Amino acid sequence: MRALCWHGAKDVRIDNVPDPKIINPRDAVLKITSTAICGSDLHLYDGYIPTMEKGDILGHEFMGEVVELGSGVTNLKIGDRVVVPFPIACGNCYFCEEQQHSLCENSNPNASMAEKMWGHSPAGIFGYSHLTGGYAGGQAEYVRVPYADVGPIKVPDGLEDEKVLFLSDILPTGYMAAENCDIKPGHVVAVWGCGPVGQFAIQSAYLLGAERVIAIDRFPERLRMAREVSRAETINYEEVDVLDALKTITGGRGPDACIDAVGMEAHGVGLVGAYDRVKQAMMMETERPNALREALMACRNGGVVSIPGVYGGFLDKMPIGSFMNRSLTLKTGQTHVQRYLKPLLDRVQKGEIDPSVIITHRLPLDEAPDAYRMFRDKQDECVKVVLKP
Amino acid sequence: MNDMTTATESEAAPQRDFSGRNPGSALSQRPVGREFQYEAQSGQGLSPLAAGAGMVILGLGIAQLLAPRQVARSTGVHVHPAVMRASGAMSIASAVNIFNRGKPAPLGLARLAGVALEATMLARSFGQASSQRRLSRLALATAAVAAAGTLDMSAAVKQSARQKMGERTTESGATVVEKCITVNKSPEECYRFWRGFDRFPEFMKHLESVEKISDTRSHWKAKAPIGSSVEWDADITADQPGELLAWHSVEDAQVDNGGTVRFEPAPGGRGTIVRVEMQYSPPGGKAGALISKLFGENPAQQMDDDLRRFKQLIETGEITTTEGQTSGPRSPVVKLIKKGVPG
Repeated sequence: MRALCWHGAKDVRIDNVPDPKIINPRDAVLKITSTAICGSDLHLYDGYIPTMEKGDILGHEFMGEVVELGSGVTNLKIGDRVVVPFPIACGNCYFCEEQQHSLCENSNPNASMAEKMWGHSPAGIFGYSHLTGGYAGGQAEYVRVPYADVGPIKVPDGLEDEKVLFLSDILPTGYMAAENCDIKPGHVVAVWGCGPVGQFAIQSAYLLGAERVIAIDRFPERLRMAREVSRAETINYEEVDVLDALKTITGGRGPDACIDAVGMEAHGVGLVGAYDRVKQAMMMETERPNALREALMACRNGGVVSIPGVYGGFLDKMPIGSFMNRSLTLKTGQTHVQRYLKPLLDRVQKGEIDPSVIITHRLPLDEAPDAYRMFRDKQDECVKVVLKP
Repeated sequence: MNDMTTATESEAAPQRDFSGRNPGSALSQRPVGREFQYEAQSGQGLSPLAAGAGMVILGLGIAQLLAPRQVARSTGVHVHPAVMRASGAMSIASAVNIFNRGKPAPLGLARLAGVALEATMLARSFGQASSQRRLSRLALATAAVAAAGTLDMSAAVKQSARQKMGERTTESGATVVEKCITVNKSPEECYRFWRGFDRFPEFMKHLESVEKISDTRSHWKAKAPIGSSVEWDADITADQPGELLAWHSVEDAQVDNGGTVRFEPAPGGRGTIVRVEMQYSPPGGKAGALISKLFGENPAQQMDDDLRRFKQLIETGEITTTEGQTSGPRSPVVKLIKKGVPG
């Protein structure tokens, strides 16, 4: 089959690779019908996530049709149309029972590697470095899905791929980011980053009762999407001072909750931005946490800072003094996608959310290498790419 | 402030009595807390490496102290005898520190100061030296100081390493590996899984098969390098259903080894903590070499992986893996390093 393989930093290619097969009884093999490039794939593309290897198949947002089933999967049948959550979860361990699927204790075969880096291991993730299992991803024609009796959700035939594909990651990720904010009626929420997760975080914040949502970015098309599609007020951080603008908007108090939907590769401005670039290049820190620093400083006293953005290792100059003295709460985590599948599918079916609104590019899988470049460089007003194998 | 002065002034001073405090409070109903300790203390003996380093440094120190001029001549380090004697005194202090396994701690500073002084003396002498002969002597002396320093450092690092769970060696020379894991099953279910013994090879990578001979005796077969295998019989030596299971190889077994597994209810009824301890005495000869390979180059890591597989098996019914999955072309280096490793 054809699959998008990582060959090195900024080098991904379509290769012909062997078809995946059933390895364990609870496996399924899917024929991919739609897959997408995630913003977090760009961290892999840029080479900032350690333990990538040449030949790794990328992709953790995908859906498809069941073509092969292990003997242990009884809730699916051949031909079922399913969307697959990006974290792999066994459904049996303590964390799965607690609905914290991205912390599954059994799904990362490289758990001891992750323990060395992070103290404890989270769940395995499709196509996301060997720290989280080294699983072959779904930017391919076929994919093997472990614990297929737990993760995949069947989708009704009436709903086209584009309406449900993002249940695999970015829709629940934006939703969980907003849920983590503990929003009460009348709250003001600020969102750093108007990429796909940022857009869904804005929309989810409104769904959960926020009165005002303020979105921060620098790309005009993304800011426009935030205003026109997600209905946020926007701040262009290249033009105005974000902290000052947020104070002005909120009457000096600051937003009740702040969401960092940017992560480890924030585009810092000025001196601090240059400082992080140098340190990251010298491998003295793995992150450029500019958005997070700003979110921590901007949040109102006693507020919540929620991080859906991906971080991989170690950061510095974190304003811990602001965090401690102002009674802030920090909430984060890889999304427990399995927990949100059913309720969010319901909302999509009822028409409360239309995830397809953020798609800007629909391309064949073969054009994925160009699509990565375009998405990374924000060319052609690219916000979200959907690939068809 | 006062408390600190009292504590440091005299270690022999009686401890402050906290026992009568807080009478009648809710907390006084609870038992007094205890300090965490590993059941068996590890790293207490003086390693051969440290002993060797200590002897070398002690010898050097005595020579410097008693015959400073001769040492100066033979090493090419021309300094005042008093300086040479001072360096010798520091070497002796640091040897005492090594033999005392890092105690008292201030002597450790003497080790540092001694190395600094030696380095200064050598550097100064190199600056003055003009004859080829003196230079080569200095080079030799530098190499010796560097070697002693390296030995000293590695011994110091070993001594200051804090205790960890994992691998240790008993006084009789047996290797003991211990690890634990929390499993989302009851102690009884975990116990039953282990009591059968026949499922061990499913999660213990080095085992080929374990067959039941009688209710208390089993026959074990382990994979050994180059396609061969090692076999032995083992008896159950302790059996408390739902709590503990222990086994040990029979007396005339090719390989002297055994294990104990304890099943503790996890806090809050959240499953079971499974604690495993395995021992093996490396016998002499070929079997010895085989058995140490059996437990891998890093037995603690191997047991960790074994326990993870046990947890996967009992919780999910299968072992999580990416072995055999598809991938794009790998680089030759990765293929070589990761041969047979999943993912």
